[in-house]
Amino acid sequence: MKTNIISANILFLGLALLLVACGGSGNKGGNGALSSSIAEKVYVAPGERDEQYAFLSGGYSGNLTVYGLPSGRMFKEIPVFSQFPTSGYGYSEETKPMLNTSFGFIPWDDLHHPDISQTNGELDGRWIFANGNNTPRIARISLSTFETEEIIEVPNSAGNHSSSFITENTEYVVAGTRFSVPVPQKDIPISEYKGNFKGALTFIAVDQEYGHMDIKFQLLMPGFNYDLSHPGRGKSHGWFFFSTYNTEEANTLLEVNASQNDKDFIAAINWKKIEEYVNNGGGTKMAANYAHNVYDESTHTATSTMKKEVLTVNPMDIPGAIYFLPTPKSPHGCDVDPSGQYIVGAGKLSANITVHSFDKMLEAIEAKRFDGDAYGIPILNYDDILAGSVQSGGLGPLHTEFDGRGNAYTTFFISSEVVKWKLGTWEVVDRKPTFYSVGHLMIPGGNSRKPHGKYLVAMNKITKDRYLPTGPEMEHSAQIYDISGEKMELLYDFPTHGEPHYAAGADADLIVNNSKKIYRLDENNHPYGIKNPSDARIERKGNEVHIYLSTIRSHFTPDNIEGIKVGDKVYFHITNHEQDFDVPHGFAMIGQGTSELLVMPGQTKTSLWEPKQVGVWPFYCTDFCSALHQEMQGYIRVSPANSNIKLSWSLDE
Amino acid sequence: MKTLTFKQMVVGLLTVLVCACGGVTKEQSEVLSNEVESSHPQGQASVVDEVSDPNILQVAISSESHSTLVAAVQAAQIENVLVNTGPLTVFAPVNDAFDALPAGTVENLLRPENKGDLATILTRHAAPGSYDIEALKREASKGRRLYMATGDYLEVTVERDNVFVGGAKIIATVPASNGIIHVVEKVILP
Repeated sequence: MKTNIISANILFLGLALLLVACGGSGNKGGNGALSSSIAEKVYVAPGERDEQYAFLSGGYSGNLTVYGLPSGRMFKEIPVFSQFPTSGYGYSEETKPMLNTSFGFIPWDDLHHPDISQTNGELDGRWIFANGNNTPRIARISLSTFETEEIIEVPNSAGNHSSSFITENTEYVVAGTRFSVPVPQKDIPISEYKGNFKGALTFIAVDQEYGHMDIKFQLLMPGFNYDLSHPGRGKSHGWFFFSTYNTEEANTLLEVNASQNDKDFIAAINWKKIEEYVNNGGGTKMAANYAHNVYDESTHTATSTMKKEVLTVNPMDIPGAIYFLPTPKSPHGCDVDPSGQYIVGAGKLSANITVHSFDKMLEAIEAKRFDGDAYGIPILNYDDILAGSVQSGGLGPLHTEFDGRGNAYTTFFISSEVVKWKLGTWEVVDRKPTFYSVGHLMIPGGNSRKPHGKYLVAMNKITKDRYLPTGPEMEHSAQIYDISGEKMELLYDFPTHGEPHYAAGADADLIVNNSKKIYRLDENNHPYGIKNPSDARIERKGNEVHIYLSTIRSHFTPDNIEGIKVGDKVYFHITNHEQDFDVPHGFAMIGQGTSELLVMPGQTKTSLWEPKQVGVWPFYCTDFCSALHQEMQGYIRVSPANSNIKLSWSLDE
Repeated sequence: MKTLTFKQMVVGLLTVLVCACGGVTKEQSEVLSNEVESSHPQGQASVVDEVSDPNILQVAISSESHSTLVAAVQAAQIENVLVNTGPLTVFAPVNDAFDALPAGTVENLLRPENKGDLATILTRHAAPGSYDIEALKREASKGRRLYMATGDYLEVTVERDNVFVGGAKIIATVPASNGIIHVVEKVILP
């Protein structure tokens, strides 16, 4: 009998499904996605534009990629920490200083967590910040030019992972170290880690007019691993929260030795209090060596300055500013809800999600109810501060974002899913699989007071069979979900570039109108720029040759050059005299040990060439700029080092 | 000719679409036919950009003494060519130059059925490449003829300080973002 009932039920369900598929989809025919109108939700017709921007971290590509939502189309790759031959970033003389560090020129980094600038806790679309994880750096990218404008190195840090999150008025961009190290660095046995290594949490002040970054202070914390962080907002503005693991202070086989403690901590830092303390002369100046690289849009040139000092703060010197919130099992994500009340710790080895209450934390601090201390920093009682625990039924929670309607969404790495749950009741209301092993997720504005809770992007670590195979290495997959309803709906699946560790998104309206079209030639203050093609010329200073080269459709001025000698250092200073949106010119020289350059309208860029062989060598425009692009070329005659051929140049003589 | 063919294709395609959909309402088919009517400028000419320097079409539109030329360009539906990345050198006859043509010539060319002829005449005023006055003088001194977009070659001559192209005197030069406009005082006819 039971079997019959089940069969009948299945039959009924099947019929219901059929009905939905055939009739329930209105006047549209077809099957699958079309019948449920999912395809329509991501279809952006030719000539139409996306609703939102998404900026995905490129991970080990070192770069940031720009996508449209909901289409999942990639618009641009912005070079940040890596040399990028597509534009010549890190290859041109002007941008080489951007990649300078205390270790010298570093052509690469591991870009992790982009975060868009905010005003009053809402996205303002001025800049996007991103962290270099490997050689600790923070970058600021303009959302007008979509170029990296500034990179500051973070001293006393290593594995710059709990970064680059900003406070709600972009007062600070914050960078926490994942790997604690000796501070200052010294030659000691690794086994002396415990008690000797420090974890630096760095607060970098942001100038509100230009966005320029300057380290305000470094808090030298116990030698734990500081994994992720987020600012307080609203009522908790003025605080910053960092998840930690390895509170065991292990220095070997961390996968075992850093998983011993039942609970690690979220560190709650009252940065306003510390700011006041340092403004009143607190803190200790420490000798340091770190690079501060700034790109000037007017000179189209970056300069690198080595800074020699950093202000450090010992937690013991400011009682009442730092507390530890016990959080189960090596928390990874540390996320704060739009109201600022809830601090969500995703214990990555736990099945449940721990949510702390900001109000309860303040009460416990007020009442001085502590459960001991770690290196003098008070530890609060877990039960005193707990707002709730989400019995998720999933495995391996990592990151949480919010939709602004009282819901939170958490990724689960091991069980490959996004789980939607309610703030306050902690009940799970929906779960959807991801493909596969999701890392971070992003809701545009999901890390602010005002999330734009329509789409959710889940960024996965494993791709396997999602796309046509491309050998052993697959680009990471991402999935877009519509989260406007009670249940999440999987809309679309697209490959990303590099490894997206996190992303930031915003409504297109916030950014579109500020996007720059051209650089004005009359505002070009590059020392080797020329205002007019008639100013093109060549100057020799010993074996240094400076070619002031002009590009405009469809020729170089000059395009015939003689008198260059083997052993010369030839600098091509190329000014693009176009004043027309989306008309760059490129430059490439045969046998040159660097990349091509792509020069934007009104911009000047410099390429160095050291000719080694006698002959007549061509150069050409690498960007199909115009109908006569193929004609855009030139020749350089290279003579022996002892030649008497005079320097000369011409165009159509 | 190309434009006509394109329009025929659009109409053909729409017919196919209408057939394929079957149940297109009257309202929808009106929308479709309106799209056909307005479809021709939907190219680069419709890009909104108030930051870049003006392109050849924008310069021409802003010049009062070129209203006949602009009307002709619009009638010939070649706006998109004049905003293309080019580069183009356009010899732009002033209104007086069109007025000097035999009576009825312009009116006749502006008729829809003569669109192809009109496009050819206008295209004969455009040279691929950017030739400023100095470059044109070099054409003359080197004995090179100017290759026009129609495939014709025009003679460039210099008399005292004046430069003539195909017999038309250049009376002003205006740079544009995608090329150069030389204002000429007569229409260059074959």
